[in-house]
Amino acid sequence: MATPQAPASATGVPSDAEIEGFRAYLLRYALLQLRDLDIAEDAVQETLLAALQGRSQFARKSSTKTWLTGILKHKIIDHLRRRAREQPLPGAGDDAPEAEAIDAMFLEDGHWRSFPANWGDPARSFEDRRFWEVFELCASMMSANVARVFVMREVMELSTEEICKEMNITPTNCWVMLHRARMRLRECLEVKWFAKER
Amino acid sequence: MVRERTLVVSCKQVSELLSQARERRLTLAERVTLRIHLVLCEGCRNFRVQLGVLHEAVRRFVDRGRGVD
Repeated sequence: MATPQAPASATGVPSDAEIEGFRAYLLRYALLQLRDLDIAEDAVQETLLAALQGRSQFARKSSTKTWLTGILKHKIIDHLRRRAREQPLPGAGDDAPEAEAIDAMFLEDGHWRSFPANWGDPARSFEDRRFWEVFELCASMMSANVARVFVMREVMELSTEEICKEMNITPTNCWVMLHRARMRLRECLEVKWFAKER
Repeated sequence: MVRERTLVVSCKQVSELLSQARERRLTLAERVTLRIHLVLCEGCRNFRVQLGVLHEAVRRFVDRGRGVD
């Protein structure tokens, strides 16, 4: 716990340049979640402003990056909450094209149409710049709704309960959306990257 | 028999259970069902590993933003 007397040492306060240096990272983070460059840039701008104004309170208990990401998460959640009120997510049950896309991955009897492959050592792929180009392409092919829920879960690490509350959907709905996101992403990566790698 | 019916599930159902296992604690029956299926099915075993890779990848994807460009 920080005591009120704990002084923010001169070196403990992040400089303008240090904060600004995270802009590209924050934008990528916001874009993955918000899917709209203008809105993402707004969220990042608000985050940087809040950071510049509030930096004297920043106690260096976490890294600058973690601190900025924390602010951005709140900005993103605020935005998603507003959007959920204005235009509620269609339930997973209403998303017929997504459901059909998943069905198409299986035969009638429920067997995989094409068996998921052994991806070998993914660390090697993570080192490869081209892998991330493919990843970005595959991520951008998920439907926006599904992507929203997926990122809240996998990146922001919100619990299913929190996501349900924010998005106003049932847990089952949430599981279905997460499952579809994973199925789409894994199929895309397998076809466009892992199948070619070997 | 009910027991037999619940123990035999398709890859499609298994993929759903594996995904849900990341969200909630599966019931004992579900865990037993999964275990039996996974012993026999290499595709679903690979799928389970892939779910972990996806989680790691999406986190790294966001982290990469810094320093790039």
